[in-house]
Amino acid sequence: MAGMTLTEKIIAGHSGNGRVSPGMTVWVTADLLMTHDVCGPGTIGILKKEIGEHARVWDPDRVVIIPDHFIFTGDADARRNLDTLRGFVKEQGIRHFYDAGTDRYSGVCHVTLAERGHLRPGEILFGTDSHTCTAGALGLFATGIGNTDAAFVMATGKLWLRVPETMRFVLEGTARPRVTAKDIVLSLIGGMGVDGAAYRTMEFCGPVIDRMGIAERMTLCNMTVEAGAKSGIIAADGTTQAFLKGRGVAASVAVGGDPDARYHSERRVDVTALKPQVACPHSPDNVRDAEECRGIKVDRCYIGSCTGGKIEDFVMACEILDGRRVAVETCCVPATAQVARELQTRTVGGRTLGAILTAAGATIGPPSCAACLGGPPDTFGRLNRGEVCISTTNRNFPGRMGAPDSKVFLASPYTVAASAVEGRITDPGRFSG
Amino acid sequence: MEQAITARVYVLGDDVDTDQIIPARHLAISLDDAAERARYGGLALSGVPLEKAGLPGGNRPFSDTISSRSPYAIIVAGKNFGCGSSREHAPVALAEAGLRAVVARSYARIFYRNAIDGGYFPPLESEEDLTGWFATGDEAVLDLGAAALRNITKNRECALREPGAAGEIIRAGGLFEYARGRGLVEKRR
Ligand code: SF4
Repeated sequence: MAGMTLTEKIIAGHSGNGRVSPGMTVWVTADLLMTHDVCGPGTIGILKKEIGEHARVWDPDRVVIIPDHFIFTGDADARRNLDTLRGFVKEQGIRHFYDAGTDRYSGVCHVTLAERGHLRPGEILFGTDSHTCTAGALGLFATGIGNTDAAFVMATGKLWLRVPETMRFVLEGTARPRVTAKDIVLSLIGGMGVDGAAYRTMEFCGPVIDRMGIAERMTLCNMTVEAGAKSGIIAADGTTQAFLKGRGVAASVAVGGDPDARYHSERRVDVTALKPQVACPHSPDNVRDAEECRGIKVDRCYIGSCTGGKIEDFVMACEILDGRRVAVETCCVPATAQVARELQTRTVGGRTLGAILTAAGATIGPPSCAACLGGPPDTFGRLNRGEVCISTTNRNFPGRMGAPDSKVFLASPYTVAASAVEGRITDPGRFSG
Repeated sequence: MEQAITARVYVLGDDVDTDQIIPARHLAISLDDAAERARYGGLALSGVPLEKAGLPGGNRPFSDTISSRSPYAIIVAGKNFGCGSSREHAPVALAEAGLRAVVARSYARIFYRNAIDGGYFPPLESEEDLTGWFATGDEAVLDLGAAALRNITKNRECALREPGAAGEIIRAGGLFEYARGRGLVEKRR
C-alpha cells in the first residue's frame, strides 16, 4: 500500500483514521482558528444563532482574533465590527487578540500568525480568510473557510474536509538576481490558470526551497489560492526550526511525506531561466515577463499586504530605491506593527529602510490590509479614480483595489520598486549590481 | 429544499470572483441585523464589469437597487465561479437577492463550501459549459430530482453532476442542520 503525502499525514493524524487517501471526506480536529474584523462578526453571529446566546468556543486558547482589514478608516460600520470582536473576546476569555488602537495591535493576520509564534508544523489551521494557506510555509495544513464553517469550528473544534490530492513542485536550479518567490509563483499560476490547482494542495520542495527563507516560502504558499488550491505546504526543516525558535516555539520537524507517497502530479521546475514576472489586469494568471510589459505607464506603485509587505519585501524594494527617487506616487504599507518598527532599524547600504523610502519620495502608511482589497473609500493607497497600479499584492480582479475601472499589475517588490523609479513597468534586472 | 425551480436565468462568464459578487467596500455592513443584511441583496454582483453583467449582451444589472431583489433566481456561469476571497458575504448577497441556485461548470472551493454549509442555495455543476446556450432572461426549470436544467425558452436540456458527499449537507439545509441530525452539535433550544 502506498504511503501518504505530508498533507495526507497531517489530515490522517487529526481525523482518527490511520490513513486517508485523496477524495475521502473526513472530520478533523482543528488546532487553531483565526478570524479577523471582516469575517469575525458574521462568524460570531452564526455561532449565536445556531447554538444560542450561551454558546462557548470549544477552546478559547485556540482562537486567535486579528483585526487587520478595515482599521484606519472613519467608516462607522467598520468600527462597530471591532466593538463586536472586543465584546466576544471578553465574554469568551480569548487571550490571543491583537486589538486595534492598543499596544498589542499587529496588522495583517497571516504575517501576525507567523511572527507571534502561533504556528507549529504538522498542525491544522482554519482561518476565515482565503490566504490562510500562507501558514503552509511552516509545514501546517492551513486553509481558508467561511463564516458558517468557522462558527462550526468555534462550537465543536471540528470540521469536515475532503482530502485533497497533492500536486508536488520540485523547484530546481538557481534563480537570477532580482528573481523572487513572487516571480516563481506568478509563473506557476500563469501556467496553470486560476483554477489549475482547484481542490488540491500544492507542495513545494527541492533545492530552491532548501535555500529559501521563511518569508519567501510564505509568499509562495500565500498565492497557491490564486491557482485555486485548498492549501500550499512546505515540509518543515532546519530553516523552519530556527524561525520558530526565534519566536519561542519549540516544535519538532519530524513531519514529512512518506517516500512512497502518491502524488496527483510531480513537476520539476527549473527556475534558472525565469525572468521577473508580472500578472496583468484583470487576473492573477494573466502573466507575462516584466520586460514584455516594459513601458506601460503607471499612476501608482503599492508595496504591502500579506504577500508583499513583510520586512524582507521592503529590503528588496530598498535595494532598488536606495539613492533613487520615485517618479510616481508610491504607497508602502508594512504588513504588521513589527514590520513598521523594523523599517526604522533594518538597514540597506548603511541607511534604514524607512529613511530610504522617505528619501525616495514614497509614503508609508500604518500597518493593515489597506488598499490590497480596496476597502472603504478613505483607505490609504486605495485606487479611487481608475488608476493604473503595479502592486506587490496577490489579486488583480476587476475592482480589487478600489474603483472598478482601475487596473492592477501584480509583481515582486523589486519589479514594483523599479517601476516606481521609472514611472513605467520596468524589469528590475536593469538595476542589478 | 424544493425539487423543481422555475425561474429566469442570469448568465455570467468564467472566473467570477468574490470581489465582483460583493465588492470589499461593503463588507462592514452587518450580516446579523436583518435590515442591513437585506441591503446585500441590492449589492449582489455589483462589481461585475458592465459589459459582462448578464451575458451575452451585458449591461443588465442582477438586482434592483431599490427593492434589493433580483428578477433572476438561477445563475448560469462558466468555470471557477466564486474564486478569490473567503467572504461568506458573497453567497449571502446572492441569497438575499432571491437567488435559489447556481449552475456553473465548476466552483472555487471556499465559495462552494460556503454555499452548501451555510445552506444558502445549491451550487450545482453542469456537465458541459452552458454559458453559450443560455441568454440572460431565458426561462428555465431546474429539476433537482432528475439533476437536469432545462432551458424552456430554447427547449434544450442539460445534465448536472451529482454533488457527492456534499449532497447530504445540501439536503439537510446546511452544516449545522446536518450536524444536529447526527448529534454532532446540541439541539437548538
Ligand atoms: S493583505 Fe490583502 S490578501 Fe492579505 S489578508 Fe489582507 S486583504 Fe487579504
